[in-house]
Amino acid sequence: MASAEARIAGRRPAPSRLLLIAVALLFLGLFLVLPLLVVFVQALAKGASAYVAAICDPVAWAAVKLTLTVAAIAVPCNLVFGVAAAWAIAKFEFRGKSTLITLIDLPFAVSPVIAGLVFILLFGSHGWFGGYLRVHHIRVVFAVPGIVLATIFVTFPFIARELIPVMQAQGKDDEETALSLGATGWQTFWRVTLPNIRWGLMYGVLLCNARAMGEFGAVSVVSGHIRGLTNTMPLHIEILYNEYNYTAAFAVASLLALLALLTLAGKSFLEWRQPELRHAVAQARDRTRRENT
Amino acid sequence: MATPVAAVELKRPTPLRLPQRVLPGFGLTLGYTMVYLSLLVLIPLSAVFIRSLGLGWGHFWDVVTAPRVIASLRLSFGASLIAALINVIFGLNVAWVLVRYTFPFKRLVDAIVDLPFALPTAVAGIALTALYAPNGWLGIWLLSFGIKVAFTPLGIVVALTFIGLPFVVRTLQPVLEDLDKEVEQAAATLGASAVQAFARVVLPALWPALLTGFALSFARAVGEYGSVIFIAGNMPMKSEIAPLLIVTKLEQYDYAGATAIAVVMLVLSFALMLGINALQHWALVRHGER
Amino acid sequence: MIEHNGRRFALTLIVILMGSAAHAAASTLLNVSYDPTRELYEDYNKAFAAYWKGKTGDTVRVNQSHGGSGKQARSVIDGLEADVVTLALAYDIDALAIPGGLIPANWQTRLPDNSTPYTSTIVFLVRKGNPKNIHDWSDLVRPGVSVITPSPKTSGGARWNYLAAWAWALKQPGGNDVTAEAFVKKLYHNVPVLDSGARGATVTFVERGIGDALLAWENEAYLAVKELGPAKFDIVAPSLSIVAEPPVSIVDQNVDQHGTRKVAEEYLKYLYSKQGQEIAAKHFYRPRDPAVAARYATQFANIPQLVTIDAVFGGWARAQATHFADHGTFDRIYGQ
Repeated sequence: MASAEARIAGRRPAPSRLLLIAVALLFLGLFLVLPLLVVFVQALAKGASAYVAAICDPVAWAAVKLTLTVAAIAVPCNLVFGVAAAWAIAKFEFRGKSTLITLIDLPFAVSPVIAGLVFILLFGSHGWFGGYLRVHHIRVVFAVPGIVLATIFVTFPFIARELIPVMQAQGKDDEETALSLGATGWQTFWRVTLPNIRWGLMYGVLLCNARAMGEFGAVSVVSGHIRGLTNTMPLHIEILYNEYNYTAAFAVASLLALLALLTLAGKSFLEWRQPELRHAVAQARDRTRRENT
Repeated sequence: MATPVAAVELKRPTPLRLPQRVLPGFGLTLGYTMVYLSLLVLIPLSAVFIRSLGLGWGHFWDVVTAPRVIASLRLSFGASLIAALINVIFGLNVAWVLVRYTFPFKRLVDAIVDLPFALPTAVAGIALTALYAPNGWLGIWLLSFGIKVAFTPLGIVVALTFIGLPFVVRTLQPVLEDLDKEVEQAAATLGASAVQAFARVVLPALWPALLTGFALSFARAVGEYGSVIFIAGNMPMKSEIAPLLIVTKLEQYDYAGATAIAVVMLVLSFALMLGINALQHWALVRHGER
Repeated sequence: MIEHNGRRFALTLIVILMGSAAHAAASTLLNVSYDPTRELYEDYNKAFAAYWKGKTGDTVRVNQSHGGSGKQARSVIDGLEADVVTLALAYDIDALAIPGGLIPANWQTRLPDNSTPYTSTIVFLVRKGNPKNIHDWSDLVRPGVSVITPSPKTSGGARWNYLAAWAWALKQPGGNDVTAEAFVKKLYHNVPVLDSGARGATVTFVERGIGDALLAWENEAYLAVKELGPAKFDIVAPSLSIVAEPPVSIVDQNVDQHGTRKVAEEYLKYLYSKQGQEIAAKHFYRPRDPAVAARYATQFANIPQLVTIDAVFGGWARAQATHFADHGTFDRIYGQ
């Protein structure tokens, strides 16, 4: 194999390889790295003290806290769902499976603006449940529950999509063996399945979390924008930006960008811990393809 | 989202097998999945459709065929199409380089690809606008060539390219890793040039994954709002995207009109996704026959 | 038994503590406002809290929500529990009166001056030294002049810009609806970016360096000059402009539910007091109080002719239907 690679590599002239690498790097640099750089440069434009002051502002902290709270509710909800859905889809055959997978993907193709709107249509004063909520003094939209619902909707497919191929790659032999040795269903899940899928699971959680913290469009529709109460970090950034306070806006934005970088670092770590993860998934896909054609 | 291919391909019917449910938890997990999905996705989305029904067919048709609505839909879908095509071309380039070649900082470059997943869209929008505005780092330089990016449809394409790139790269990577180099090598020993080997051997195998990446990148772009409104310019008939028009209708207390545009967007996106799935299926079968 | 007594003691203590807390009541108000009033209400809320504490001994905390005027009104209709609304135009508060029944239809008669404690007007912000020589509305339609204004479809503030331009064209010799529409069409032909909100438009003009003139509320223009550097911009007063009236109202259904009617009413009335008017004037809103207005007269742009929406357009309901509704004049000038 190594010699075959060497031969291919040898046949491919070096200039074309360099050109391809250069184009790829240039493209990534222009489209991904430069915008990221702008965030940090603007955040530090007025010096480190202005940066620290912007981040230590109590209203900014309220936004950080709200964002963390929302993610702390939304991500576990989607985690439980993701595991359940992946278990049902990966381990069993049933009618309508393909439809179910499409439906799980559905929130992905829905504009965030529409995602926010649906919850207004349901829980707003003139929505389906608006009258009931009003009578019972329950606030959903323009309060934390609405923000959580919109966030769950937008990040809905992330963990399930990550877990389904991983679970399919694992097959069900391990679980069947455990059961035949007398383990209960739950024992099998906790001791056999979960350790098998833990890296894929964490990977899904990381991406889901990043998206949950960064969501803007959907949350903007249901938030009510009450300063210090219902503004998440992305909304607070917009407000600072609208107050001509660019340094502070980019300072808070840089926190989210740092989070993005941490997510990427965590993801790389997971891949380093389990390099076969991606490969296992690729194999699973290949197997499915062969079975189907 | 690293491997959406697998999930999409599963949508094709699986061969019938004897029902052997040794594992427990089928009822529980499927039941929970269905309830959660219904409560959080299906029932809320049905509210949009039901609300737009209140409009009556005639009025609905008037709303969605207004020239400004048509223009915004054309822009949203057109710009998304261009952005998705750019992502397919450069995404293939990036994925190829990441899988086949080694170079310094490759791991870092690989990680950076996921940035648009993790960076909030509003931040991306502001950063891109600052970069491409006529007085921005790139804007000044581009302007000297007479190219305006920010506040034109071109700016929309830039923002949509940004958010869609990882879908193509992450869909292609595992397929490329899996692709048998021996086939290429065989083609090479038979005297095919590198370009020929790529076009005749590699590309056909990549078609399904390319289509999936294209579809995901496209679907994400059509609905995008946060990063686009900062850079778009928002001129009616020229640089106004469909999600902005939904917001505009809402500002005028026109819920029915807003939901009508939302319904059209949803239906068009789904139709396109279904079409691409069918195309992908066809490509897969065709490739399998070879 | 001892334990029982102890528990009773604790209970009594709690009741006493709660009672005393109820005595020095702490109330919370939510003021749902539009974009450019952030700085104004930040100051005003402090002043009102001090005033209320001195008058009643109670503390009041006012939470703020800011956004586009129409979006804010819609949020209140959909259930954002505002105690008071302070929006950019009467049309948006009218929206609360009709479908939701949140406030009575006669809301605008409940406070003096059409429930508008302060006003503003539309001026031009131009680059320092006025390089394009822009002095009046007619200069904005010259070829080669580019004008920044937000979309009147999404921004309440921008509707005043649009109406001011229309009113100027009407008042020209031989002016009528046809010439006014032609003028406004030419004006919007010179607009390269239609931001969705007033602040977005200011950012485009100031930060992105786009456009020769920004149509802005007087208070926004002065604030931009103050915040972003007097060395960069000049303010130009046109020969005619419109009196922009951003009204205020309590939201009856919500204050009755929260039990905050008294403090909410007082909150709005205090806007008309000397102190309230002073704060408005400091933030470049034109005060209604003649004495305060006289003291701050020099800081405002000198506009020879100021017209009102009622006199020229017959009120908001008619202006909205004619100009900004679907198929109205604004849609027409963009070729619909």
